[in-house]
Amino acid sequence: MSHQKLNLTLKVWRQINAESRGTFEEYKVAVSPDSSFLEMLDDINNELERKNLEPITFESDCREGICGTCGLVINGQPHGPIPRIATCQLHMRNFKEGDTIYIEPFRAKAFPIIKDLMVDRSAMDRIMEAGGFISVNTGSVPDGNAIPIPKDIASESMDAASCIGCGACVAACKNASAMLFVSAKVSQFALLPQGQPERYRRVESMVKVMDEYGFGSCSNTYACEAECPKGISIKNIARMNRDYFMAKLKTENLEA
Amino acid sequence: MGWLFKALNSSIGKKFVMALTGVCLILFLVIHLINNLTLYFGPETFNTVVKNLDGIKPLIRVIEVILGLIFILHIFNGVRLWIENKIARGTGYTIKGSSKNADIFSRTMILSGSIIFIFLVIHLRTFWMSFNFDHTLKESHRYYEAVVSAFQDPVYSSFYLFAMILLGFHLNHGFQSAFQTFGWNHKKYFPFIEKFGMVYAWGTALLFASIPIYFYFYGGK
Ligand code: HEM
Ligand code: SF4
Ligand code: FES
Repeated sequence: MSHQKLNLTLKVWRQINAESRGTFEEYKVAVSPDSSFLEMLDDINNELERKNLEPITFESDCREGICGTCGLVINGQPHGPIPRIATCQLHMRNFKEGDTIYIEPFRAKAFPIIKDLMVDRSAMDRIMEAGGFISVNTGSVPDGNAIPIPKDIASESMDAASCIGCGACVAACKNASAMLFVSAKVSQFALLPQGQPERYRRVESMVKVMDEYGFGSCSNTYACEAECPKGISIKNIARMNRDYFMAKLKTENLEA
Repeated sequence: MGWLFKALNSSIGKKFVMALTGVCLILFLVIHLINNLTLYFGPETFNTVVKNLDGIKPLIRVIEVILGLIFILHIFNGVRLWIENKIARGTGYTIKGSSKNADIFSRTMILSGSIIFIFLVIHLRTFWMSFNFDHTLKESHRYYEAVVSAFQDPVYSSFYLFAMILLGFHLNHGFQSAFQTFGWNHKKYFPFIEKFGMVYAWGTALLFASIPIYFYFYGGK
């Protein structure tokens, strides 16, 4: 597969730390169409290091679309122009000879920039700690199928659970709203029997922490769903809203 | 009731208020439209309708106060959400990808809403004020004629038309959006809600807009 190399102009956001002002730095590259987007950045970094220059800071881990670590805004779109994939699964064959590609970090007040393209997404971890779990006593392994769950319900829960927590929904939303992420994490439990005991407490706590971190509200533009690498459905947001209203009516919690 | 206040001021709560007031306004527009369409039946019908409404003024006043509160809540929360949401984004993107992942109607709610608001102020001044407080008009009951003469002004009529197009924008997104906010997104019913909302939005906008067009070109004859 020896295609001709693509000549591209990259404009990469460089920012030394959270406080400093960032700018776009231009890089001219010739890259194989079979290269992945992150491999291209690796190549640039090798080159920069050879020249004793500071490499571009960006995050990645699994590089197969399952960990949610990577995440760049490529020409205005989180995870780039191809739907249903993470940045690490994006290949250069999706670009054309001579293209200029702008690479920016996720932008949200709740995601402060650490350096260059790397942002601090720990707000999402704090939301998970507030209710993204079920409480069970440990013991011996439970019997398989001891709790019957219809296939379609199990699948719906599994679809919600496929959210990898990448934060692209926040990055895509004009309001930097985390509703798609939080609703996926609320729904994966709300759909299953095991999630019922904490169902309403969970949604109240998670929404409270979400609001504290200053994520925006949902304007139902559905940009999140369009950019989500896992195709998480906005039906989850509707479910979370329903559960939130029920929680407000039912629980005895006067604080949240 | 502190819990309720807190709930309604949460991110989801504010949207609940938007959706609830929005749906009330949608219902109000239906009634208002039916009223306006009686203009097409000529001066007698229209003037009688307005006269009859005048007869139940105390009731109308109560409804007007409630409607005013609904508008204030909708606008207050709309502007508040817009400001808070802007702050939540912080620094924007250099390259904006929003046209690739969201439709124009959903992205321009504050713009369409603001134009509707400006329209509303002008509209209240021209029609509501004169229908309620202009004594010569109230004695002659020549409301129809007042409408006709207002729409002879090309600037007024074109602004009316423009505002109605933006009302179409607002409702095209707003209708289904309210259902999504309430959590009524269901595989079976939501596609219908979306289609119905579109028909309602553009139907309402066009029917409202048809009136200034008709009276401008035909002068009510
Ligand atoms: C007759 C007039 C109006 C009707 C029928 C109407 C209806 C609606 C509806 C149904 C929604 C959707 C609520 C949701 O997303 O859950 C909405 C949203 C909105 N409305 Fe209105 N509206 C009207 C006037 C206005 C005015 C005068 C403003 C002035 C600022 C305004 C500003 C907004 C904004 C900013 C939103 C979006 C809120 C968000 O999702 O972040 N609207 N409207
Ligand atoms: S909902 Fe989608 S875009 Fe948002 S964090 Fe989960 S996987 Fe990423
Ligand atoms: S690096 Fe793990 S999802 Fe991209």
